[in-house]
Amino acid sequence: MAMTVRQRTRVSRTIQYGLLVVVVILAALLADWPKISKAFFNLDAVASQFPGIIVIALKNTLIYTVLSFLVGVSGGLLLALMKLSPVGPYRWLATIYIEFFRGVPALLVFVAFGFGIPTAFGIRFNVFVTVMLALGMVAAAYIAETLRAGLQAVPKGQMEAARSLGMPHWRAMVTIVIPQAFRIVLPPLTNEIILLTKDSSLVYLLGLAASQYELTKFGRDGITQPNAGLTPLVVAGACYLVITIPLGILARRFESRSARTKR
Amino acid sequence: MTNSSITPTVHAAGVSIQGLRKSYGSNEVLKGIDLVVKPGEVVCLIGPSGSGKSTLLRCVNLLEQPNAGTIHVGGFESTDPDVDIDLMRRKVGMVFQQFNLFPHLDVLRNCTVAQTKVLKRSQPEADAVAQRNLERVGLGHLSDRFPDQLSGGQQQRVAIARALSMDPELMLFDEPTSALDPETVGDVLAVMRNLAKAGMTMLVVTHEMGFAREVADRVVFMDGGVVVEEGPAAKVVGAPQEARTQEFLRRVLDPTHIDIVED
Repeated sequence: MAMTVRQRTRVSRTIQYGLLVVVVILAALLADWPKISKAFFNLDAVASQFPGIIVIALKNTLIYTVLSFLVGVSGGLLLALMKLSPVGPYRWLATIYIEFFRGVPALLVFVAFGFGIPTAFGIRFNVFVTVMLALGMVAAAYIAETLRAGLQAVPKGQMEAARSLGMPHWRAMVTIVIPQAFRIVLPPLTNEIILLTKDSSLVYLLGLAASQYELTKFGRDGITQPNAGLTPLVVAGACYLVITIPLGILARRFESRSARTKR
Repeated sequence: MTNSSITPTVHAAGVSIQGLRKSYGSNEVLKGIDLVVKPGEVVCLIGPSGSGKSTLLRCVNLLEQPNAGTIHVGGFESTDPDVDIDLMRRKVGMVFQQFNLFPHLDVLRNCTVAQTKVLKRSQPEADAVAQRNLERVGLGHLSDRFPDQLSGGQQQRVAIARALSMDPELMLFDEPTSALDPETVGDVLAVMRNLAKAGMTMLVVTHEMGFAREVADRVVFMDGGVVVEEGPAAKVVGAPQEARTQEFLRRVLDPTHIDIVED
């Protein structure tokens, strides 16, 4: 009567599959498909999003992301080197920066750069510069910690070997240590780009001209059209996935490659 | 193995060490070392682990900062605070126990990066020098591989070629065969033997008594941070005078014997 372990595993797995099938069938039967498709997958509304969603919104999202990532990586590298500096004040400054920008919501930083600083100092940045600074400075804080870990993960012998060949410290850092650190942190760095891609949606706060719309703003604009339903947001969401899923795959590939080369 | 490529080393720098002391906190590792290596001479440093021989070697090219004493390498007083460390290190090649090849560069680039960045050689010139030295260590055919594609013995020979590519006047070896599989030790020792025959000045920390006996002009036995005994290899390894040297050699040459002696 008693089941063997293998039989019990098989029965339990069958029950799990069965449950899944029942839930899916119930959902399919109970759902009001015409209503759902009208709200989310209205083909006319999908069509009306093109080509703007690609040539304006997707393009701008990519531009905002790449610009802020460039600021984030260069700022992050500088902060990481400061954090590892033998000079105390550099370390303190970097720590204060990192703790501050990691601790406050990116939205507040956007408000500060979009309205606070222009009002206080009477300067006006263009939208691209604002995004680059606001998003880039927040990203720098996160990337700094990632890069610091990467720099510390490069074996000490690498620096010693480079120095013993007559390279000055800075040259050894630039040629030997930093390239290896970037290789080590490629997977988390790719995650950082994914986060930035989504955070670029905060740019809506700044009040944009139509040509500056990025995906989220473009989608929000789209749902105000009559009969569009929520379809424009679904299209915008799909466009984010078009960016982020390949990045995720890339990150996993880097991860498995670095796992393979590790001795 | 590569006897055909033996070329006399024209420039040879000696080392002269006086009263060298080095402490880590309250732990004094080197307690006043005097040691002279004449140009063209091969000196092997032997002794139990923790005796300070690696530290001594690392003081010569200032990977460790001595606390007291003077070191002259070639025309440099490396302990002079005003000495150009990087200029001095160009003359002093170093080979590490863990190879410390640059994993992000292929074998050829490992051997050219310091040539182009430090000595400002052109890439073609550096490539030619590197290729010549790789052939000298018997690995000319592997110049496009990456370090992780090589065996330990091959990596160590690349490390030797990398150091030789800077045209050093003195070579430091820090237990070059200790991290190797037994069957690859011979290749590395053969390269070192050829280097010695070619007239290179060499200071070698090693546990290979056979190598010390055959190749070294002089053997220095260290224990507890002092030089206990030094002299011709045949004398120090073959017929040691000091009790501590005898005891050490008995342990190294006949490891099974001591199990019976101890306790």
